[in-house]
Amino acid sequence: MARVVVDVMLKPEILDPQGQAVQRALPRLGFEGISDVRQGKRFELEVDGPLDEAALARIHEMAETFLANTVIEDFVVKVEEAEAVKVES
Amino acid sequence: MTARIGVVTFPGTLDDRDTQRAVRLAGAEAVPLWHRDKDLKQVDAVVLPGGFSYGDYLRAGAISRFSPLMETVIDQAKAGLPVLGICNGFQVLTESHLLPGAMLRNNHLHFICRDQKLRVESDRTAWTADYTAGQEISIPLKNIDGRYVADERTLDMLEAEGRVAFRYLARGEAADGYGNPNGSLRDIAGITNEAGNVVGLMPHPEHAVEPGIGTGRTDGLGFFTSILKKLVNV
Repeated sequence: MARVVVDVMLKPEILDPQGQAVQRALPRLGFEGISDVRQGKRFELEVDGPLDEAALARIHEMAETFLANTVIEDFVVKVEEAEAVKVES
Repeated sequence: MTARIGVVTFPGTLDDRDTQRAVRLAGAEAVPLWHRDKDLKQVDAVVLPGGFSYGDYLRAGAISRFSPLMETVIDQAKAGLPVLGICNGFQVLTESHLLPGAMLRNNHLHFICRDQKLRVESDRTAWTADYTAGQEISIPLKNIDGRYVADERTLDMLEAEGRVAFRYLARGEAADGYGNPNGSLRDIAGITNEAGNVVGLMPHPEHAVEPGIGTGRTDGLGFFTSILKKLVNV
């Protein structure tokens, strides 16, 4: 089974008051030096069957019509490697 | 025979009953419509009421927009069926691309609930003919995702084509219901499509239709009498 990640972000020109609120809270918490925060969404899709070109095209279509609203948001589709090394936090 | 006006209920819709009541007060027949049906029950017009359909998951209106009923509404709206979207209904209309632009979180991040002063900018839509352009009205506003955005080209087009249907009255005291309440671009509270049959706005006309209730004013009733007159005259 393959995993595909879709990241959705507000377009750069769109005001993101939630990101701003996070950014403004940082100095108060002792996290200095962050001049801007933009908040987005991450979708992790577990895909049945082979992840061929047709499957990826469908996911792209899904992201464009549903996961993102392209009037205000940009999206990126990424395939995650099955054996990707997981970095422990 | 009077006009039949459909009022759609999605899971999470809140204002369907108030909207049905407003329709009846105007003298039309209110027809409840269910999001999972494809059938519009031969209504003459449709109202998408306010609320939090699908809990606003993903984006406000984003999931409702793909309901079986909306597929029919979108087709019919393109063919001229009058459709009014109020609050969440407006969000469904922008997500459907029946109206341009999008709704985002209020710039101050707070849920806002107050009586809001608006100017009716267009009396040439199916839902505003009983108002006069420039008329100022006060109706309730209650939302957190009410900030209207669109790119500059779209905003210029809306202005040039007279498709900004309602604007927040920006000057004055917030306590008195004046001011842009959410950072909407160009103080836009509502817009219409090119043909004037599809109208969306964030404030709630259906909550201002009876003297002594809510605002105590009936400034919202005109939406429902406008559409009724239009349908009966047809």
